[in-house]
Amino acid sequence: MSTLLEFIRQPWHWSVAGVLIGLTVPALLILGNKSFGISANLRHICAACLPANIPFFKYDWKKEAWNLFFIGGVVIGGFIAAQFLSDPNDVQISPALAASLGQQGITDLSNMVPNQLFNWETLFSLKGFFFFVVGGFLVGFGTRYAGGCTSGHAISGLSNLQWPSLVATICFMVGGFISANLIVPFLLGL
Amino acid sequence: MVKDPNKSAEPIADTDYEVRSLHSMCVNESEHHEGVGGKLKYALVGLLFGIVFVKSEVVSWFRIQEMFRLQSFHMYGVIGTAVVVGAISIFLIKRFKIKTIKGEVIEFQDKTFNKGQIIGGLMFGIGWAITGACPGPLFAQLGTGAFAILATIISAIAGTWVYGYLRDRLPH
Repeated sequence: MSTLLEFIRQPWHWSVAGVLIGLTVPALLILGNKSFGISANLRHICAACLPANIPFFKYDWKKEAWNLFFIGGVVIGGFIAAQFLSDPNDVQISPALAASLGQQGITDLSNMVPNQLFNWETLFSLKGFFFFVVGGFLVGFGTRYAGGCTSGHAISGLSNLQWPSLVATICFMVGGFISANLIVPFLLGL
Repeated sequence: MVKDPNKSAEPIADTDYEVRSLHSMCVNESEHHEGVGGKLKYALVGLLFGIVFVKSEVVSWFRIQEMFRLQSFHMYGVIGTAVVVGAISIFLIKRFKIKTIKGEVIEFQDKTFNKGQIIGGLMFGIGWAITGACPGPLFAQLGTGAFAILATIISAIAGTWVYGYLRDRLPH
């Protein structure tokens, strides 16, 4: 048992993660004809909490409640992985990235999110405004405008050979390349 | 009071294929009969999925930077493998007409192109690299104890709301 736990505690290889994430698609279909798409939950939360008579939020969100259960599970899964299954070592990131982030003050690699950036003090600074508020806003606005996120378009959509999902996925990547190489280094310097 | 932006405008067809109950062609009755107990199975899938997310470091802000700076293969490997496994699964479901556990026919819906996939896609991509997380990982990060990420999630919900509010004035 303890050796099994040791085995699970190591960081998982990308192929293991890829297979398990890919299997989520048929699992949700077979369990109840559900299509995998996480960002839809942001819409359901708006529809449930603040529909404000906006047509986009006027639908029976309770019929989509399964997806809210799904993300509830994701939160608990994150908790279990961090509390009981975590690897004590730092995430092994590329030395080139570590060097360039180090020059911009990000030296603590111990967590999934950089502690030196995503903390409460930074939240109320100009830098935090961009990393939390603007970044989050773009994720929420962009995913709904695009009609899906990485799970809905890149994984479900591409799996079902939908070319609009390919267009969306390419645009996600183009936006990400511009952002990570030009915008994020600028924002880290604020 | 929030004024209705859609009074005069012709309503835009649904561009969001993630809300199945909006599509009349999907006669998907399982929503009606599943109580809380029935929905717990989705929570279980989510739980396993959340563990995979964290253990494979997909939720790591650093891994996202690496991906977009072309400094590591890791994320490409994860997403690429997931797409291949998903595609094979869907092919098998269609080929063998596999049904749900309740015996329903599994429905697939084709997506149509609109400009949102480009404009919204670029916006999301920019946000993805800044926050280091797409929507799924945001929730998993919260679970790992990064409570400040709640601010990002609230902001993402606000972004979705503003999109809904402005929707009929945006190019689609």
